[in-house]
Amino acid sequence: MDLWIEILVAAFLVISGVFGLVGSFGLIKLRGTMQRLHAPTKATTLGVGGVLIASMIYFTFVRGGVSFHELLITLFLFLTAPITANFIAKSYLAKHVTPDTLPETKGEYGWAVYDDPPGGDTSQEPHLGKDR
Amino acid sequence: MVKRLIPHPLVSLMLLLVWIGLVNKITLGNVILGGILGLVIPAITAPYWPDRPKLGKPLVIIEYVLIVLWDIIVANVQVALIILFKPNDAIRSKWVTVPLELTSPEAITVLAGTITLTPGTVSSSLAADGSALLVHCFHTEDEIAVRDTIKSRYESRLKRIFQ
Repeated sequence: MDLWIEILVAAFLVISGVFGLVGSFGLIKLRGTMQRLHAPTKATTLGVGGVLIASMIYFTFVRGGVSFHELLITLFLFLTAPITANFIAKSYLAKHVTPDTLPETKGEYGWAVYDDPPGGDTSQEPHLGKDR
Repeated sequence: MVKRLIPHPLVSLMLLLVWIGLVNKITLGNVILGGILGLVIPAITAPYWPDRPKLGKPLVIIEYVLIVLWDIIVANVQVALIILFKPNDAIRSKWVTVPLELTSPEAITVLAGTITLTPGTVSSSLAADGSALLVHCFHTEDEIAVRDTIKSRYESRLKRIFQ
């Protein structure tokens, strides 16, 4: 294997390892759910991204053949990671945060976690804000 | 005729590319099978997606993707430094309201996803009428600056893409 490619692959692996480690360390060190939520967004972007770039370089130059799987993994991660974070944040808001500690929406309606959307008949739905 | 056969040309192309990527081998059979999937799936799902947005300006899309990738790298380093070297008491986490000018649900979804992907900000909730986005900011002294960055850097470009 070409020495330079070896160095490049190793560098990307180390970078991703460092960011994965910092992300996990953040999970232990930070306080509160919302702060801890910021740590895994790092692990999924640069942490996984570094491994994927290293893998692409390795398969392109060493195994001799372009691999599309890394691009797909990136695509699927970028689609799913924000949704997971959003779900965790929403359930945290519904369970542990009251609307008056949040900033105003500056509009007619409040945040969707607590308020019903305009127009829809949601009388059958259990209202999240009430059963706390 | 072509419009009825291919209601979402971009979705068809995307399905074809994803299929070829999944099998990871470009052969005629795979391209044909991907093409069939790209034709059949949008045709079946078209009724569930009536008001699909029109994507314009491919150059702006490429610019947007590059800017987001660059911001992800920069913000990763910033947040890593904060986690490693800032004592917990000095970390100022804040809620930030971002009023939206975007109206299409797809554009707002992309914006919310971008905000979450760039480390240091997580989009947490939407106003019930879709007029504002609630963003949790990991560490900032100045929430107005955060809001203005999101608006000028991401939202203005998305507005041009989803017009």
